[in-house]
Amino acid sequence: MVALRTVVAAPRIGRPGPLVTIVALLLVAATFVPLGYIVSTVFSTGLDQTAELVFRPRVGELLRNTVGLVVCTVPICVVLGVGLAWVVERTDVPGKSWWGPVFAAPLAVPAFVNSYAWVSAFPTMHGLWAGVVIATMSYFPLVYLPAAATLRRPDPAVEESARALGSGPVAVFARIVLPQLRLAILGGGLLIALHLLAEYGAFVMVRFDTFTTAIFEQYQSSFAGAAGSMLAGVLVLCCLALLAAEATLRGRAHYARIGGGAPRAATRIQLGIGAIPVLAGLVAVTAAALGVPLWTIGRWLRIGGAAVWDFTEIGMSLAQTVGLALTAALLTTLCAFPVAWIAVRSTSAFARIIEGANYITSSLPGIVIALAMVTVTIRWAPPLYQTVSMVIAAYVLLFLPRALVGVRAGLAQVPVGLEEASRALGKSGPATFFLVTLRLTAPAAAAAAALVFVAVATELTATLLLAPNGTRTLAMRFWALSGELDYAAAAPYALIMIVAAVPVTYLLFTHSRKAAGI
Amino acid sequence: MKPVRWKSLAAGLTVAVAALSLSACSNSSDDANEITVYNAQHESLTKEWADAFTEQTGIKVTLRQGGDTALGNQLVAEGAASPADVFLTENSPAMALVENAGLFADLDKQTLDQVPAQYRPSTGKWTGIAARSTVFVYNKNKVPADQLPASLLDLAQPQWKGRWGAGVSGADFQAIVAGLLALKGEDVTRAWLKGMKENAAAFPNNVATMKAVNSASPDGGVIYHYYWYRDQANTKESSADTALHYFKNQDPGAFVSISGGGVLKSSKKQETAQKFLAFITGKAGQEVLRDGTSMEYPVASDVAANPALPPLADLKAPAVDPSELDAKKVTALMTEAGLL
Repeated sequence: MVALRTVVAAPRIGRPGPLVTIVALLLVAATFVPLGYIVSTVFSTGLDQTAELVFRPRVGELLRNTVGLVVCTVPICVVLGVGLAWVVERTDVPGKSWWGPVFAAPLAVPAFVNSYAWVSAFPTMHGLWAGVVIATMSYFPLVYLPAAATLRRPDPAVEESARALGSGPVAVFARIVLPQLRLAILGGGLLIALHLLAEYGAFVMVRFDTFTTAIFEQYQSSFAGAAGSMLAGVLVLCCLALLAAEATLRGRAHYARIGGGAPRAATRIQLGIGAIPVLAGLVAVTAAALGVPLWTIGRWLRIGGAAVWDFTEIGMSLAQTVGLALTAALLTTLCAFPVAWIAVRSTSAFARIIEGANYITSSLPGIVIALAMVTVTIRWAPPLYQTVSMVIAAYVLLFLPRALVGVRAGLAQVPVGLEEASRALGKSGPATFFLVTLRLTAPAAAAAAALVFVAVATELTATLLLAPNGTRTLAMRFWALSGELDYAAAAPYALIMIVAAVPVTYLLFTHSRKAAGI
Repeated sequence: MKPVRWKSLAAGLTVAVAALSLSACSNSSDDANEITVYNAQHESLTKEWADAFTEQTGIKVTLRQGGDTALGNQLVAEGAASPADVFLTENSPAMALVENAGLFADLDKQTLDQVPAQYRPSTGKWTGIAARSTVFVYNKNKVPADQLPASLLDLAQPQWKGRWGAGVSGADFQAIVAGLLALKGEDVTRAWLKGMKENAAAFPNNVATMKAVNSASPDGGVIYHYYWYRDQANTKESSADTALHYFKNQDPGAFVSISGGGVLKSSKKQETAQKFLAFITGKAGQEVLRDGTSMEYPVASDVAANPALPPLADLKAPAVDPSELDAKKVTALMTEAGLL
């Protein structure tokens, strides 16, 4: 209430008005539906039965698996991502200009497509290490991109001073470079860990049980029964623990260049003969992360021949996927505006609550949100149950954080003075918004929408649980066919999903460079 | 900068959203020339049925694809508000689940008359539409014929530790457990599942199990017969090194699962829905099972099985009333055993 009053009482130009506040409030309320659902199931199940369902050997097993996965994968991704970034940005390794896009490209391959590729190349792959390999190959760019951006930016003078004072290259890396990479490592690591908790298809295919796969199994056996909800509760706790850990580790230190003038580019380290093994390493990573999926898909396409290209079936899936993804992308970006507006233009407690709430939803796996929505709509809003609007709502909740990052950055760069000038010239509030604010934010908003578009187009778990009758998105079709081990028929769907994601991956890549001021 | 045409953009958006919601609405329309089937049977089989039915009657069939138990429980949760007209499963337990919730309408006499009594529940609330037999698929290089398990129950013994697998999370395997539960009771089932947790590897489904057995890790698996026959009729890619062992002797491992079909009481298209089930259990529908690629057993209208299959009557299956199969109890027991 306090927040609301503050906002309404300050009708200054550029500040969020009541409409914006109400929309943001609704979004925050929706954010808490999944959490509220989990808490209410604990109460309706009764504490005794909850304890029975939570404290059992299977949950311990899942916890061991899930923790093991995070503990193994995240450090490997960090070492790989930082190492690659350092080689590409700081050495004279041959072909340095095109390694960048190559190491961003794995983001275009959905993890479950990657899993399908690895399993069909090595059919006996299963268990923890299979999960670690596939997850690493899918997610290491999430560390690589920010690390490369950071390494490009800092003033080499600091490192040069350290060397002049007698530090060796290892000491310089540990004392000067690594601390600067801290935010990139922590942010990327957190993102990877959250992805690991939420991933379903990739781990089912290599028979590795995590909370998410187990929740899905429970859903298949009992449709939103108590056991599944309890597992979801434990999963949410895992996510919150990760958020807390990251916030603690991040600390408050800031690393910024001081002093005037433009920083020089860092001198690249001469690899000399060492370039050969380094180059071999880069090629090996590329082969594992891109070669395996592309080669496998190519092989299945060749084996399947023309027969697997059932264009009516594929066309229908494509149309449905594009329809859902387009609607969700536009709506999510639209919803991101009021939230971003408040975050950028207001310093109230409400703004902080909105930020926090958003952060928490971003950590909730799709399966928890979907499970909550199925149960809530079937009990309290039957007309909404199994409708397109409900799937879209789930997508908005799931992917709002992605849109928000872009829209907020765009909005922060709009000079409030221009809006004030527009108002002074007699334009109304909405007109000012459309003519000035939106137009200046459009590029950022378009990027955000594209990001959401790809996320929806490759989303699997929430779509499986929530989709209306007759829905068969590309991801669903791929999943059904690969589940029957009809790898050849699944290949065209895998290919289309990758191709659709390529432009956005490129966008992310260029964006990460821009963020570094290059 | 070029002015952005907001009006045309907004118009385009509206059209896109409207088109999407229109296409979505058509799923739940009240058009009598269209039914919604909650389909837990193989999509390819039901699609064959649906296409033949549409061709014959002009009635469109929309499928919602899902697993037996998921869709069964979903129907129970949906209750009278369910958009479904017909429910088809691979196994009986989910049918029993929906039947016990009182959600099925009585089936037309014509449909029931087409199906012999042993392939449908006595209540007449739903009917068998096909059948599948439990088998033990084993790798010929790893298991000599004289070391095959005599009973499904043997697989819980220590000598089978780490040597077999099954599609644990799937309704197929859970139906087999339901058969065991109906035949041997709760204590035997609980003990067997405990042994299974020790011994078996969990696969996502039958095909994955068979493929793993074919590559000799593990040695054997519990699956349904037709996955093997399908692969044999096809490329043999996933079954070349394997053979099937039928338990017979009325053993719980010789359990024959009845695929079910029923009409929802809440359906507003009773007549069309009934017509669809009459078609599936009729001659034309059952011949799809004989001539198509499914390799499941026909159960109605005196249609013989695919000649590649051993006759159903020779499998010496234990007698189980399909209405007695308890999916809920099975899930609870499997959760208790740490399998789910």
